[in-house]
Amino acid sequence: MSLLSVRDLTVKFAMRDETVTALNGISFDVAKGERLGIVGESGAGKSITGFSLMNLISRPGYVDRGEILLDGEDVVKMSDKRLRELRGDKMSMIFQDPMVTLNPVLTIGQQMVETLLAHRKLSREEARQISIVKLREVYIPSPEERLDQYPHELSGGMRQRIIIAIALLLDPQLIIADEPTTALDVTIQADIMELLLELCQSNKVGLILITHDLGVVSQMTERTLVMYAGRIIEAGRTREIINDPQHPYTQGLINALPQQTLPGHKLRQIPGNMPSLTNIPPGCPFNPRCEFATDLCRTHIPEIARYGDVEVACHEVARLQAGGDRQEQSA
Amino acid sequence: MFAYLVKRVFQAIAVMFVISLIAFAIQGNLGDPLRELVGQSVSEEVRQQLRDELGLNDSFMVQYLRFAGNALQGDLGTSYFFKEPALDVILKKLPATLELVLGATVIIIGLSVPLGVFTAIKPDAFLSRIIMGLSIIGISVPVFLTAILMIFVFSVEYGWFPSFGRGDVVQVWGYWETNFATFDGWMHIILPSIALASIMLPLFVRLIRAEMMEVLQSEYVKYAVAKGIKPRRIYFVHALKNTLLPVITVGGVQIGTMVAYTILTETVFQWPGMGFMFLEAVNRVDTPLIVAYLIVVGFIFVVTNTIVDLIYGLVNPTVNLARMGA
Repeated sequence: MSLLSVRDLTVKFAMRDETVTALNGISFDVAKGERLGIVGESGAGKSITGFSLMNLISRPGYVDRGEILLDGEDVVKMSDKRLRELRGDKMSMIFQDPMVTLNPVLTIGQQMVETLLAHRKLSREEARQISIVKLREVYIPSPEERLDQYPHELSGGMRQRIIIAIALLLDPQLIIADEPTTALDVTIQADIMELLLELCQSNKVGLILITHDLGVVSQMTERTLVMYAGRIIEAGRTREIINDPQHPYTQGLINALPQQTLPGHKLRQIPGNMPSLTNIPPGCPFNPRCEFATDLCRTHIPEIARYGDVEVACHEVARLQAGGDRQEQSA
Repeated sequence: MFAYLVKRVFQAIAVMFVISLIAFAIQGNLGDPLRELVGQSVSEEVRQQLRDELGLNDSFMVQYLRFAGNALQGDLGTSYFFKEPALDVILKKLPATLELVLGATVIIIGLSVPLGVFTAIKPDAFLSRIIMGLSIIGISVPVFLTAILMIFVFSVEYGWFPSFGRGDVVQVWGYWETNFATFDGWMHIILPSIALASIMLPLFVRLIRAEMMEVLQSEYVKYAVAKGIKPRRIYFVHALKNTLLPVITVGGVQIGTMVAYTILTETVFQWPGMGFMFLEAVNRVDTPLIVAYLIVVGFIFVVTNTIVDLIYGLVNPTVNLARMGA
């Protein structure tokens, strides 16, 4: 049985005038120790997916339907008490911006120790010792001194390492990392990703990595979900998605990578922008930007279906698989 | 730390200099001091002679320097009415006022924190709406009206509390007269303290609520939830500490302001403090006493603000007092 099983998850936001659907019936699984990437443009619903797994969606957002089974327990229907027990313990989260994630008036030690004490019966001294061990694991120099420092005394990269250490404090089964390096210096990004990969592998922790960076996904994850306008449009093994993308949107994303373009040539890009959630076009949400769009695409939403090793939500792919003819357009 | 302290002391001296200048400048515009001193039956020649002796014909700067020199030695002039050094008169009244301010401060801190936190955590609760509604009324109604209403209800109608004065006071440390040593003293200070607190309390409830609601939206609070920290710890450790930082700064200024508000409260309750004394001094055109009062109140203001800034530096880890002197 998979560690995490999301079924038909739909998250809505009750705005003043209308209700906006931010996640539209997404389903996916994460096996024990598996690393899953979720990619997409800003506003595709990646972060909301991550937060809803922890049941951290706050008003005006709410889970409309669907279930999130963590080891068979439904996170959506869970009591506050049980949720609190799971958060930080069985699953933990790494936030986007380390500069604002840690509480500015509490020391690193206080913020680590409190996490341990919230879940385990330990003495303060024991909790401190565990914290020191974990800080060592993320290569923080002289961890004993760091414990008594405040966040503002440390650099962004150092803080994100500490947040990774906190995420690992209670040996969780799943870590949700929401763009963990977006706010960091480019030179540090690779270090942090490498560290995260190394720790997930050595501790056999499942990872959900939310990012817009396909390069990172290809290095870090075994499976990938591509999201667009609150839906999963392509899912499968990362290698296959990177090497042989099926959905026109995924193809566009990969073609847009700088390494796909010869030096001196203009970067390729997908024309247009992702629709805002209040204004999603009828039919396939990608159709206005898609070069293969047909009349069917403008009226009917494609269901996600399995073709070989990947799942794709695209009428055109379905037609091709059924024996249609389309010229090979992708690179 | 030491450098910061020195810097703050120099700032305080500069502020005191300006206050003393303003206070002294008022003196020249409050009528002829000789009239207050000798009445109307003295001839013009004698008056001129007295003016020369008292130095009232000297230029403003000469008079100010003389005044400032005396003030530095603790001499703020002699009260016309009491025929005593003005500073002594004020210091005798000071304990009454400070105890009143203390009583009001305890009420404000003791109530505003729990009320502010509650209304921030449960903004939609019925009780929260009532508290917020009452706070608007509290801010709108002037202190003297609150005070008179309270006297009418609790002293006149029900007779629970005395309506004026300090009641039985006890001398402590040979000099300080305190209300807090006898039951009668306690009974006397309750109504004036509530009246004095009535303006600031709703202000603080609203301030704490607004700050707290903002902090509760922050990433670090969301992160604390994601770590599985208990709600009580999130509210009172993660959120409250960050909430109180700006509140401390505002609070320091307000304590100084409260000393000034005592003028109204003390007058209504016939409280023998320096606010009441100041109003009497104004009625009697007791110029040295008025000037001395302004300087003493200014001094209290400067001292409380300096202390509050130091406390803020100690509470907020991102302020490094050791480095701020540079």
